[in-house]
Amino acid sequence: MSILKVQDLHVEVEGKEVLKGVSFEVRSGEIHALMGPNGSGKTTLSLAIMGHPKYKITKGSIILDDEDITNLETNEKVKRGLFLAFQNPVEIGGVKLSTLLVAEHNRIANPSGSVTEIIQRIREMTKTVGLSESLLNRGVFEGFSGGEKKRTEILQMMLLKPKFAILDEPDSGVDVDGLRVIAESIKKLKEENNTGYIIITHYRRILDYVNADRVHVLYKGALVASGSMELAKKIDEKGYEGVIKS
Amino acid sequence: MFFNTVKDGNVEMTEEKLSLDMNEILNASIEAKYEKLNQSEFHRRIVESGLSRGTIEEISKIKKEPEWMLRLRLKSLELFEKLPTPNWLPDILGTLNVSNLELYIKPDVEQTNSWDQIPKEIREYYDVLGIPESEKKYLGGLVAVFESEPIYSNVKEELTKKGVIMMPPEEAMRRYPDVFKEYFTKIFPVSDHKFAALHGALWSGGVFVYVPKNVKITTPVEGFFIIGSEMEGQFEHTLVVADEGSYIHFIEGCSAPQLKKYSFHDGMVELYAKKNARIKFTTIQNWSKNVINFNNKRAWADENATIEWVEGSLGSRYSFVYPSTILRGQNASSTSLVVTLASGEGEWKDSGSKMIHAAPYTKSKIVNKNIGFGGGVNIYRGLVKVNKGAKGSKAFVKCDSLMLDEKTKAYTFPHNQVLEDDADVAHEAHTFRMSEDQLFYLMNRGIDEKEATSMLVLGFIDEIMKELPFEYATMLNKVIKLELDKLGAVA
Repeated sequence: MSILKVQDLHVEVEGKEVLKGVSFEVRSGEIHALMGPNGSGKTTLSLAIMGHPKYKITKGSIILDDEDITNLETNEKVKRGLFLAFQNPVEIGGVKLSTLLVAEHNRIANPSGSVTEIIQRIREMTKTVGLSESLLNRGVFEGFSGGEKKRTEILQMMLLKPKFAILDEPDSGVDVDGLRVIAESIKKLKEENNTGYIIITHYRRILDYVNADRVHVLYKGALVASGSMELAKKIDEKGYEGVIKS
Repeated sequence: MFFNTVKDGNVEMTEEKLSLDMNEILNASIEAKYEKLNQSEFHRRIVESGLSRGTIEEISKIKKEPEWMLRLRLKSLELFEKLPTPNWLPDILGTLNVSNLELYIKPDVEQTNSWDQIPKEIREYYDVLGIPESEKKYLGGLVAVFESEPIYSNVKEELTKKGVIMMPPEEAMRRYPDVFKEYFTKIFPVSDHKFAALHGALWSGGVFVYVPKNVKITTPVEGFFIIGSEMEGQFEHTLVVADEGSYIHFIEGCSAPQLKKYSFHDGMVELYAKKNARIKFTTIQNWSKNVINFNNKRAWADENATIEWVEGSLGSRYSFVYPSTILRGQNASSTSLVVTLASGEGEWKDSGSKMIHAAPYTKSKIVNKNIGFGGGVNIYRGLVKVNKGAKGSKAFVKCDSLMLDEKTKAYTFPHNQVLEDDADVAHEAHTFRMSEDQLFYLMNRGIDEKEATSMLVLGFIDEIMKELPFEYATMLNKVIKLELDKLGAVA
């Protein structure tokens, strides 16, 4: 059983305070949803947790199983079991997707695996998330559709088997089949690996699929509401205004 | 299929792959550059300084040259004085005074074909680089030039039996005067530009190779050039004539110890591929960071002949290299793959290939990849010219630049002159700057900053790596990682 605690997190971007003291905790196997209107700081929170150089933590801490990981290098956080699926991952033309997958698999998932085993695993995963094998031979995200990007992020999550995964809008721009594959993957990893999740989303649908445990609403850099799936239902019916004002 | 590139953790082997393993020599040469090669004291028999008629007459006399060569040298000197300094050179080179350099240095050693005959202090340079060993194992022939003179020249029997001639140009000038005179500075006239003229006036040492009709040499031959001391000029000349239907792979290696002041290199390479012949010319330029490097490279390709240039412009402070091919026979083809690395403040790598389509159905392909960081400057100046009448010709140019930080610069000046309507000329150019977001993404996949950087860099030159013989791909890989290590140390 692991616990990820975010305590009183204050984050500045280019001199402007975007997060003003956010606290919550997630345990292994729990699925938390993070909702809130555009510009409320959801992506900022995910990037700050992972340590993007532009997002400066001015106060507060991130604790993983009693270890303060606030100021660790990003790759060290990943080694300790954190994972971020990007909302809109950047294209890295020169690096082949297959090269990246092999590299990360070697470093994180199974450092002692043989090349044949790795290839076998990557092939299986590719199939599971419904990606064409030909994409593996392309530059990372080079000419990928929105849906293919999301599936590729999920593929990497399945490969790395993190303790905690932050998924930034895994459901936006994804078709019905894509949504089902992504939700199934989330559930599968929860069952097999007891992974805990923070899923950033605007839609109730994915949360219904995975049966989220908690829903948080972030507004202007602070958590203004927390509750069960009922909260997501309310947002779906009445919009954010009803929740924020109440 | 898509996993070929990672099979057994190695880079994909191509059909171009030579059936030999040169890792050892390459590793030695890299390590030497980074740690081992030191300047040592050795005895010099003759030193000539000062750019004057007298100096040139003296060099010519030492070499016991025929009258025509002395005249060529003196004419070159006149041209050098007359021709303007190219206006696109960095300022510092405009003020370079060649007369301050030692322009001719004859080390105190006679040319030999036995390493045992070479004095220990000079031999050490070569031992550290692993050259005698690699010669034994992999090479068909080797000419080693130290300072201004060839000190070692040896060709294996399997080559001499087939009639291959390989020797320093001075020797070729005496023993094969007709063929030497026919080709020397024929395709690269000394009047071409100021530094070609300087080369004509002062040339010394180098390699001459003649491959007879239909002889295909399966082992590569090498010319290895060492600048041993500072404030020195080296002006070697390499001349390769591949007769009809023949094949040769020539490797050019360059090295210099870390010097306190600078040294100057102004070499020339002329390649002649006759009908159906193929010449592959690979250069690994790994001068130390105090060397100013000009290398004048030009080839001609007769009917159905092929010229392949491969250039790794890795070392030196200033480097100016533009491999060029004149496709003068029908169906002739040429490729030029160039990787340049400008890895520090004040480093300047000027490169760019030139392809002249002077006959119908000729083909050319240029791939130029520039990598810069730490404030280095990369410049591409290329030319594709399709003459009127060169119908059905095809040319493809790709020049890409990768900059790893904000203070690094890259410029591209490609020129296409297409005078024939029935020709297909394609050009691509891309500039990449490694972004904070890319680095962050890779680090989010558990890869540390240094590895992420080298992944981005190696990914960038993947296209060239795939076409390199395996040994060179490995070596490039290693040099780049070592250079990036410096980056990590700074950051």
